[in-house]
Amino acid sequence: MNELSDAPEPGADPSSRRPGADTDADAELADETGRAGGGAPDTAVRDGLAVGLATAVYGISFGALAVAAGLDVWQTCFLSLVMFTGGSQFALVGVLASGGVAAGGSAIATAAMLGIRNVVYGMRMKPIVEGSPADGARTSVWRRVAAAWVTIDESTAVALAQSNDRAARVGFWVTGIVIFVGWNLTTLAGALIGDAMGDTRAWGLDAAAAAAFLGLLWPRLKRVQAGAVAVGAAIIATITTPVLMPGLPVLVAAVVAVVVGWFDLFHRRSES
Amino acid sequence: MTTWHIILIASAATLALKLAGHLVPAGFLERERPARIADLLTVALLAALIAVQTLAVGSSIVIDARVPAVIVAAALYALRVPFVVVVIAAAAVAAGIRAFS
Repeated sequence: MNELSDAPEPGADPSSRRPGADTDADAELADETGRAGGGAPDTAVRDGLAVGLATAVYGISFGALAVAAGLDVWQTCFLSLVMFTGGSQFALVGVLASGGVAAGGSAIATAAMLGIRNVVYGMRMKPIVEGSPADGARTSVWRRVAAAWVTIDESTAVALAQSNDRAARVGFWVTGIVIFVGWNLTTLAGALIGDAMGDTRAWGLDAAAAAAFLGLLWPRLKRVQAGAVAVGAAIIATITTPVLMPGLPVLVAAVVAVVVGWFDLFHRRSES
Repeated sequence: MTTWHIILIASAATLALKLAGHLVPAGFLERERPARIADLLTVALLAALIAVQTLAVGSSIVIDARVPAVIVAAALYALRVPFVVVVIAAAAVAAGIRAFS
């Protein structure tokens, strides 16, 4: 049993393992691939299944929370089929839960901004999906669209954790497809459960939503810089809540990321 | 704007972003600063969502059963307890406090 299957855990932050970003990330990548020892496609399949199944299960919480936020079962399932990126989905229903349809603009903007990281993942995955030109086969448009559709945190993380391109390609597709199928089935199950629950506050579903966001954030807090941004954004969102329309405090807090990212403040690696 | 409009527009936007990564030639976001901001944006938005989801009721700040639930959730994540278990535990803490208070 290698250690990789628990390395790219659900919500893992593959971008922190981007080669070439800085020397820390390089060392991290070398460490991961070193531990993988091999990178055969069957290892990639095993990693993909382990990460995929673990991630797919929490579609239940998304389904229940979406219904609690006022979406019907169809709307909930549509999000998992088409949007299919957990952070944006949780964010959309979270903002709608607090601000209703009136906060629709903020809900869309928050979901879209959380989806920006998928652009970066897509650029990393493009050469892996295409394979080497020596393979001869041209990558069809449909295959590209399917690859884009399943480009998420987990499929990218599993692919980047493999030590060669073939294993990376296998890991990417296995993880993406397992999560897509599982996530949609568990979303439906969660939506039906949420529908049957009635008073969701009595069941603590509002606290469950906060815990879900915390779970998505947790693996990203390895750097001091990320921790500082998280604290700053949380404070700004809290103090602007009484003065802004529901939904807007989250968007205003995003400014922290732009300022800290632009000037590269708090750039120091934590002792972990 | 109806709920369906919001869902359709947001889904179109996130899907377009995914396609952009695969279809548009790499460039702007490959550079260090935009890539770093894109990473930190995710962190900031998630942290802000945690704060609002834990403390806000409409436009007021309310300390209630959600706060201990989130503290329990943080402790469980620190112990590497799986996501689903933590989410259920957080709901149970909040539901328990509300049932007995």
